[in-house]
Amino acid sequence: MSNKKEWPLWEVFIRGKQGLNHKHVGSLRASDYKMAVDNARDVYTRRSEGVSIWVVESSNLYASDPDEAASFFEPADSKIYRHPTFYDVPDDISHM
Amino acid sequence: MSEISLEELQKKFQNKIDKDVKIEPRDWMPDDYRKTLIRQISQHAHSEVVGMLPEGNWITRAPNLRRKAVLLAKVQDEAGHGLYLYSACETLGADREQTIDDLHSGKAKYSSIFNYPAISWADMGAIGWLVDGAAIMNQVPLCRCSYGPYARAMVRVCKEESFHQRQGFEIIMVLAKGTPAQKEMAQDALNRFWWPSLMMFGPNDAESKHTKQSMDWKIKRHTNDELRQMFVDVTVPQAESIGLTVPDKDLKWNEKENRYDYGKIDWEEFWQVVKGNGPCNEDRIRVRKKAKDDGLWVREAAMAFSQKRNNKAKVA
Amino acid sequence: MNNKLFEYTLRIADDSLILGQRLSELCGHGPILEEDIALTNISLDLIGQATNLLEYAASIENKQRDADKLAFLRVDKEYKNSLLVEQPNGDFGSTIVRQFLFDSFRRPFFEALASSTDESLAAIAKKSLKETKYHLKHSSEWVIRLGDGTSESHQRVQKSIDVLWRYHSDLFYEDEVDLALVSENIAPSFKEIKKEFNQHVLAVLEEATLKLPDNNWEFTGGRKGMHSEHLGHLLAEMQYMQRAYPNMEW
Ligand SMILES: [Fe+2]
Ligand SMILES: [Fe+2]
Repeated sequence: MSNKKEWPLWEVFIRGKQGLNHKHVGSLRASDYKMAVDNARDVYTRRSEGVSIWVVESSNLYASDPDEAASFFEPADSKIYRHPTFYDVPDDISHM
Repeated sequence: MSEISLEELQKKFQNKIDKDVKIEPRDWMPDDYRKTLIRQISQHAHSEVVGMLPEGNWITRAPNLRRKAVLLAKVQDEAGHGLYLYSACETLGADREQTIDDLHSGKAKYSSIFNYPAISWADMGAIGWLVDGAAIMNQVPLCRCSYGPYARAMVRVCKEESFHQRQGFEIIMVLAKGTPAQKEMAQDALNRFWWPSLMMFGPNDAESKHTKQSMDWKIKRHTNDELRQMFVDVTVPQAESIGLTVPDKDLKWNEKENRYDYGKIDWEEFWQVVKGNGPCNEDRIRVRKKAKDDGLWVREAAMAFSQKRNNKAKVA
Repeated sequence: MNNKLFEYTLRIADDSLILGQRLSELCGHGPILEEDIALTNISLDLIGQATNLLEYAASIENKQRDADKLAFLRVDKEYKNSLLVEQPNGDFGSTIVRQFLFDSFRRPFFEALASSTDESLAAIAKKSLKETKYHLKHSSEWVIRLGDGTSESHQRVQKSIDVLWRYHSDLFYEDEVDLALVSENIAPSFKEIKKEFNQHVLAVLEEATLKLPDNNWEFTGGRKGMHSEHLGHLLAEMQYMQRAYPNMEW
């Protein structure tokens, strides 16, 4: 019943300062995207926490399945050669 | 469908908790864990929002421009806290509107402290100093709560809370050092808010039915009595330092235990206020419900507008 | 000249002060939490502007009255805000329409005042302009949503426009105070500002499917201290502490 009146939920992402990624900070309710951006500004950047805001209607977010986390993410754990610490470099070599 | 049994899921879950791995919204969790969290987080959210009212009562009468701006910003923060917490609660599948309707119907509870009236300017000091002080005591350990969204909301809340207590203490301190009339106002506020603040930590451990399970799930990190003791130990010296007297004739320093012993809390009063018989219960709910009812046409209009524009965009 | 500059600064300051006070009444009572927070932000901006402007007015007057004394210890006739800002909040629609008309005036006004030859006023205007642009965006978007929302919201907000429009000319009231300062390039002339005001108001109303009332009857008087019945009550509340406990620090 109440669903029609209730504003949709939006997820809010904020870029803390130039050069950083947008980071998820929380959610809020808004009837349209303009309002969602305004509300995000008033709710989540009252202490100058951001320079840029993204909002996404929560119903438009698709997530990986936590039950599949093992098959999804663990294969990468074994690819340790992707990390620089995998390689031995003598201590006296710098800038590497 | 995976073949994992309920028992195994429960074991995996408790394992995560024991290893301090956070539980996230889409992870499997026991029903009771979810229910406990929804109850606690929504109560917490309601407390933030209802908690705006006693202080909101004085914004228009703040004695100078600085105090007006500070109080306004402080009460606004509480609205933000309510919102962060409703958001955290929604990740558990608890719809905000339903949650708020439960508050208005009396089904859901909120902190009983906000059912006491704020009748003088000094109460703005006492509330910031004592009530926010007690809230911080409760909230800091919640930053390590096992449920991710709740813990993250608490980190944000605690960051913002730090100025709340300070502005309250500043108000009280100025009054305590002011004219006799001001000092009397400050003492009177302390007298009225001291005991209700101690009650904020909830019933004694022996009476608290949820504590044990909540501690096992790492939703709670300290018992009610532990937190209450910590609060008394830090607050009493603060009162003394500004020349105010804590209204407890049994209060004395216990050298052996390295803590204060304090008098008996009137639990009869506590339960009466929780059950709805405090001085302001009805007013608080009536005002919140009115805000929601009066806003209905606004929320409907915004929704109708959005649907119209969406349709227009699709046609174009 | 100093008297006139003082008077002029008070007019700007009191608009911010009284509207900030009005909006602060709503903290905890908004139609939804998000909007509660938004309105409070606007209120905070306005009280900040009032503080800066009253501090400046106090320094011009140079008579041991500080910003707080000016804010809290004048009698009603000494407040120089426009009639629009003292009007009660009414329903959310009327709060928004009042804000919209005010912001539509304030944006071009601060834009122009930012190039005042008076450096203090110019600096305050520059800072306030940034805030005002956001307020105007917020109130304009809401007027459009409510105007083109449901038939109930359309009716309500149209009614608010019909009632509040009569006060808009008080924002543009001009007398010897303004004219003297205009000739010194301290104050901007209202002519251009009024044009921009009209343009923006009409454009937003059109998008909102709303219209201005046919009746063009107007009220002025706020700038001369002739107020509506509402201001006295607002002041009684705002000044309560300073009147009940005079000469104390808070
Ligand atoms: Fe809070
Ligand atoms: Fe707080």
